[in-house]
Amino acid sequence: MNSYIPWLIIIIKAFLILFVTLTLAAYMVLAERKLLARMQDRYGPNRVGPFGLLQPLADVIKLITKEDILPAQADRFIYLIAPGVVAGTVLLTFAVVPFGAPVKIGGVTVQMPVIDLNVGALYFLAMSSLGVYGVALAGWSSGSKYSLFGGIRGSAQMISYELSMGLALVPVVMLTGSFSLNDIVAAQSNVPFVVYSPLAFVIFLVSVAAESRRIPFDLAEAENELVAGYHTEYSGMRFGLFYIGEYVNIIVLSALAVTFYLGGWHGPGPSWLSLFWFFLKAAAIAFFFIWMRATLPRLRYDQLMHLGWKFLVPLSLANVLLTGFLALIFHWRNV
Amino acid sequence: MSRSTGILKGLFEAFATTLREMFRKPVTIQYPEEKKPLSARARWRIVLTRDPDGGERCVACYLCSAVCPVSCISMQSADRGDGRRYPEWFRINFGRCILCGMCEEACPTLAIQLTPDYEFCKYKALDMVYEKEDLLIDGTGKDPEYNFYKHAGIGIVNPKGKNPDEYGPVDIRSNMP
Ligand code: SF4
Ligand code: SF4
Repeated sequence: MNSYIPWLIIIIKAFLILFVTLTLAAYMVLAERKLLARMQDRYGPNRVGPFGLLQPLADVIKLITKEDILPAQADRFIYLIAPGVVAGTVLLTFAVVPFGAPVKIGGVTVQMPVIDLNVGALYFLAMSSLGVYGVALAGWSSGSKYSLFGGIRGSAQMISYELSMGLALVPVVMLTGSFSLNDIVAAQSNVPFVVYSPLAFVIFLVSVAAESRRIPFDLAEAENELVAGYHTEYSGMRFGLFYIGEYVNIIVLSALAVTFYLGGWHGPGPSWLSLFWFFLKAAAIAFFFIWMRATLPRLRYDQLMHLGWKFLVPLSLANVLLTGFLALIFHWRNV
Repeated sequence: MSRSTGILKGLFEAFATTLREMFRKPVTIQYPEEKKPLSARARWRIVLTRDPDGGERCVACYLCSAVCPVSCISMQSADRGDGRRYPEWFRINFGRCILCGMCEEACPTLAIQLTPDYEFCKYKALDMVYEKEDLLIDGTGKDPEYNFYKHAGIGIVNPKGKNPDEYGPVDIRSNMP
């Protein structure tokens, strides 16, 4: 009897996380539209329900009931699965995020992440690389020039920024001595890693912004140049999947930034407050992404590559050396 | 200032600006609830007015129809029997009207006037075509005193020569030097 309880717990957690994340993503859209509007001296959506709170619901209904267009030139199979790849990989990443302290229910200790992989950090990098396929394939299979340009730009950009993102994670792994996200959080119970390696945090944030394909790194979409980039041809719920994917991505990446650098769910107060602390920190990072979108213009393609290869990669390499050196001198390992 | 401090300063100022704007009251006017005050001479929906005696001002002279740059006014003139003309039907297609006000300027009788009412959207294009019944109002509009026939020199409202600032007709037989 006891053998299937862990599986049951995993399945329940998976469904809970799926539900909460998708709802959060929908409200993330609303929050972004509201905040962007306020930063541009507008009100933003405020018609559907009080303060526009039902707007996401209206959007979802609209997206579901729209016609799902399949262009004649499209490569049918790939065209149809590409949005799923984008949304799926992003949702899968959430499986390893420890978003709260472990709880004890009836003698069973339930860890917060769905599964505590011992290679959690690598799993995250792998999933974000797989997400590129969704973009590249969507662009390629649409049979349109704009989509193709978007897809090519998207993949080039993400390959470049993955490098600095991975290198920014090296100090974290060095200081923890483990790839498991649970261990990484546990290692930050006193001092978050951002104190030890602030540079890595900044590099990670910039790379993550590029990874989520948002302004100022939304070259794959670039409305002003490429109509809508890789998802030009998509409509209805398939477009919705790209859209949801983008916002779930912001949530996941904020959550991971918190996990890697800001001490995860650690915070003052009793352990049940850990969920709140985690949410607060992640919301702050998500707010920063929105703020950035309201502030910065889109980079040009060469500027993007310049920033990635000539600035961030060398900087993160130097940072790995520096952090390693300091850790060696001050005996930081397993702080 | 070196290049990198310039970049940092630019970034900082940009982020500060957007953050500051976030706490300002939005400039949006939320239309159905809030309305912008109209300017004094706002020109929108067109009406046909009546003179102070309640008679139709329009004499179906076709001047408005002729001057209209988009040719959206059409009418059929008729005679009332006493020499006074009126439009049998009068039609303005507001789907085409550009609200330029030229018809109002051309009208000799001040019959056609533009009002400040701008909320007359319709779902069907054909509903934008207004007939005489829709256009003719009971009041005098902008010029409450004006009665064209009192100045026209035609004996229809008052006998000839009995209007204010009008000389009586000249008796050509007694008009001796
Ligand atoms: S306002 Fe201008 S466009 Fe409209 S009916 Fe008069 S003359 Fe024609
Ligand atoms: S509205 Fe004025 S300009 Fe037009 S036909 Fe009538 S009298 Fe003439």
